[in-house]
Amino acid sequence: MRHIISMLLENEPGALSRVVGLFSQRNFNIETLNVAPTDDPTLSRLTVTTHGDERIIEQITKHLNRLIDVVKLVDLTEGAHIERELMLVKVKAQGSARDEVKRTADIFRAQIVDVTPSVYTVQITGDATKLDAFLQAVTPLGVLEVARTGVSGIARGDKVLSL
Amino acid sequence: MIARFLKDEGVEYIYGYPGGAALHIYDALFRQDDVKHILVRHEQAATHMADGYARASGKPGVVLVTSGPGATNAVTGIATAYMDSIPMVVLCGQVASHLIGEDAFQETDIVGVTRPIVKHSFSIRHPSDIPTVLKKAFYIASSGRPGPVVVDIPKDMTAPTERYEYVYPRKVKLRSYSPVSRGHTGQIRKAVELLMSARRPVIFAGGGVITGRASEALTALAHRLNLPVITSLMGLGAFPQNDPQSLGWPGMHGSYESNMAMHNSDLVLGVGVRFDDRVTNNVNRFCPDARIVHIDVDPSSISKTVHADVPIVGAADHVLNEMLNQIGQRTEAQESLDEWWEMINAWRAERRGKLYEPAASGEPLKPQQVVEAVHRATHGDAYVVTDVGQHQMFAAQYYKFNQPNRWISSSGLGTMGYGLPAAMGIKLNYPDEHVVLFTGEGSFQMMMQELSTCKQFGIPVKIVNLNNASLGMVRQWQDLNYKSRHAHSYMESLPDFEKLIGAYGFKAITVNTADELEPALEEAFRSKDELVFLDIHVDPREHVYPMQVPQGAMCDMLLSKTERT
Repeated sequence: MRHIISMLLENEPGALSRVVGLFSQRNFNIETLNVAPTDDPTLSRLTVTTHGDERIIEQITKHLNRLIDVVKLVDLTEGAHIERELMLVKVKAQGSARDEVKRTADIFRAQIVDVTPSVYTVQITGDATKLDAFLQAVTPLGVLEVARTGVSGIARGDKVLSL
Repeated sequence: MIARFLKDEGVEYIYGYPGGAALHIYDALFRQDDVKHILVRHEQAATHMADGYARASGKPGVVLVTSGPGATNAVTGIATAYMDSIPMVVLCGQVASHLIGEDAFQETDIVGVTRPIVKHSFSIRHPSDIPTVLKKAFYIASSGRPGPVVVDIPKDMTAPTERYEYVYPRKVKLRSYSPVSRGHTGQIRKAVELLMSARRPVIFAGGGVITGRASEALTALAHRLNLPVITSLMGLGAFPQNDPQSLGWPGMHGSYESNMAMHNSDLVLGVGVRFDDRVTNNVNRFCPDARIVHIDVDPSSISKTVHADVPIVGAADHVLNEMLNQIGQRTEAQESLDEWWEMINAWRAERRGKLYEPAASGEPLKPQQVVEAVHRATHGDAYVVTDVGQHQMFAAQYYKFNQPNRWISSSGLGTMGYGLPAAMGIKLNYPDEHVVLFTGEGSFQMMMQELSTCKQFGIPVKIVNLNNASLGMVRQWQDLNYKSRHAHSYMESLPDFEKLIGAYGFKAITVNTADELEPALEEAFRSKDELVFLDIHVDPREHVYPMQVPQGAMCDMLLSKTERT
C-alpha cells in the first residue's frame, strides 16, 4: 500500500542524506521526495511517498524516528489528509493540437504559464492520480518535458505536525 | 578545548594515531597530564581498544584519529561497535574548512563514509561549539541503545584566531532525542499475565540486559517464577551460567537444550535481544507455538524480524523491576512448570558427556579441552576476549560466564582482528584482572602489529592461540557444503610464533600435546603482569557442534559429524 510519510527535520547539513541513505541502506523504496524549510528556519519539512505492507511501513517509521535529526514524524495516510503535487509539462502546441492542449488544460483546471509559437508549458496541481491522468490525456499530443515536485501533504482538521 | 573537555568528562584513556589534521589536538594533549593517550600501530586497533574498554566498563571508549586514511582505517572498528551497540566517540581530524570539497591532501568525507554505521555524527562548524558538540556526542553514544558517534573536526577549528571561553556543559538537551526508560504499565501487565499462565516459557536475554545493567533484575525475575534462561551470544554473563536455570546460548552453534527449549516453548520473553538470523534460523519456522513478548529500549528492534505479540519499549531494568512489582501484587497461582523442566532436563541428559571427545595421550589437542583448561586455570572469572571463527564459538561454549561484562567478542559484525586490541583496552583499564584472548592464527595475524603497542605501554594480556593452521570455520563450511574443497582456508608459511613474540621481548610457549597443556597454563597464569603467548596446536579436523541446519527451525541441528536431530 502507498503511504505518505511527512516529517520535521533539523535544518542541518547532512540531515537529508541520513534520511535518503536510510531508505537505500534498509532496502526501503522512495517513490517521491519533497523537502523545504518551514516557517521555523531551524526545521525542514520532508515528505516521502513509499510502498510497503504494514510491517515494512512500521519499520520505516521506527527507523526514521531513530535518526537523531528527525524531530517529529507522521504517516499521513493513517488519517484524513490533503495531498498535493505540482507538475510543469511542456507540450507540443501546433496546428489543431494547440486548441486541444488548451481545452484539456481547462478541463483539468491547469494553467498555461508559458507560451511559444510551438510549445505550451502547463502548470497543474493536484494529487498524484490527477497529475497522472493529465499526463495520459496530453501524451498523444506530444509531451516534451515533465517536472514534478513530488508529493507534499498535510492532515485534515485540527491535527498538526509541529513541535 | 578538546583536551579540557575530555578531562572534565572523566575520560582517562584515549586511543589514537596522530597525523596532519589532528596535530593541534595532539599538541594540546602533550601539554596536559590528565588524559592519557595510547599510541596504537593501526587506527583500527584504536577503535577496538576503545570498544573492548566500553564493553567491560559500560562507559564510552574514545578514539582520536587524523583525516583521510586515519579515519577510513577506523571504519571497521566503528562498524563493529555499531552492530553490537557499543558506546564510542570517535574524534576525526579533518582538513581545514576552506579546503573541504577540494580533494585536499588526506581529505575524506568521513561523515559520509560512516553514515550507515554510526548512531549519529557531527561536524564542528565553529570553534566555540566544541564543548557542546562533544557533550552531545558522549550523551548520544552512551544513552538509550548505545552506539558509535563520529565527530569531524576541521583543522582550523582547533587553532582559532580568537580566544573563546571554555565552559563545561553539564547537561545537553536535544529536542529530537529522548530515549525512553519507563515501559508502558498496561503492556507490562499483559506480559505478566502471559508469563503466569505459560506452561513452557523461556527467557531470552541479550546484550541489552548487560548494557542496561539489568542482570540483577533479570536473575530475580527468573528465580521468582522458576523460568529457564537462555542468553544470546551478546548476553553471555547476563545470567550466571552456573545457575541450574541457565540453558546456555541458542542459535547456529548454541547448546542443544537451549535450541530445543526455545523451539518448543509457548512463550518467549525477549529482553534486549534483536532475534537475529544467527539465532532464529529460518524465521518462518521460528518457535511455532510461542507467543513473543519483546522488551527493548529501541523500538526499531521490535518486530523487525520476529513479530512481537506484546511489544514493550523501555529500559530493561525498569521493565523487569516493574514486572516483579506486579507479580508481587497478584494473587493467582502460576501455572506449574514441573513438566516443562522435566522436558528440559531430558534434553540436557541426552547430550551430557557427548559434546566432544578429549584427545587421547599423544593425539592432537581438541580446542574444546583447551578452553575448559583455561577456564579452570583462571577460576572462571577472567575477562575473556575472542577473535572470530571456530575458536570464538568454542570459547563461548566452554568458558562458562557467571558475571556480565566478562565476555567480549565481535558478535554482530564478526570482525577478525578484533581480539588483541580489545583485550588490550580492557587490560589497560583493569590491570589487576586476568584478560585472556582466545584467538586463532588467522585472526591474530590481522592485528599482530599491536604487540608493539603492548610493549610500549606495558599491557600484559594473555594470548591463547588455538592454532589449527587453517581458517577453521571456513574450512568447516567447506567440509559440509563444498565437499571438502578447501579453497584458501589453509595457512601455509605460518611464522614461528615463539620467535615472533620473542622479537617483541615477550614469552611464548608452544603446546603440542595434552601433557604439555597444564604446565604451560600454570606458567602463563602465574602472574598478571607478564604478556604470555600460548601457541597451542589443535586438531584441524575438529568442527563446531551443534550446528543448525540451514533454513531449518531452531531445533534442526547437526550434533556431530555423524548425528543430527
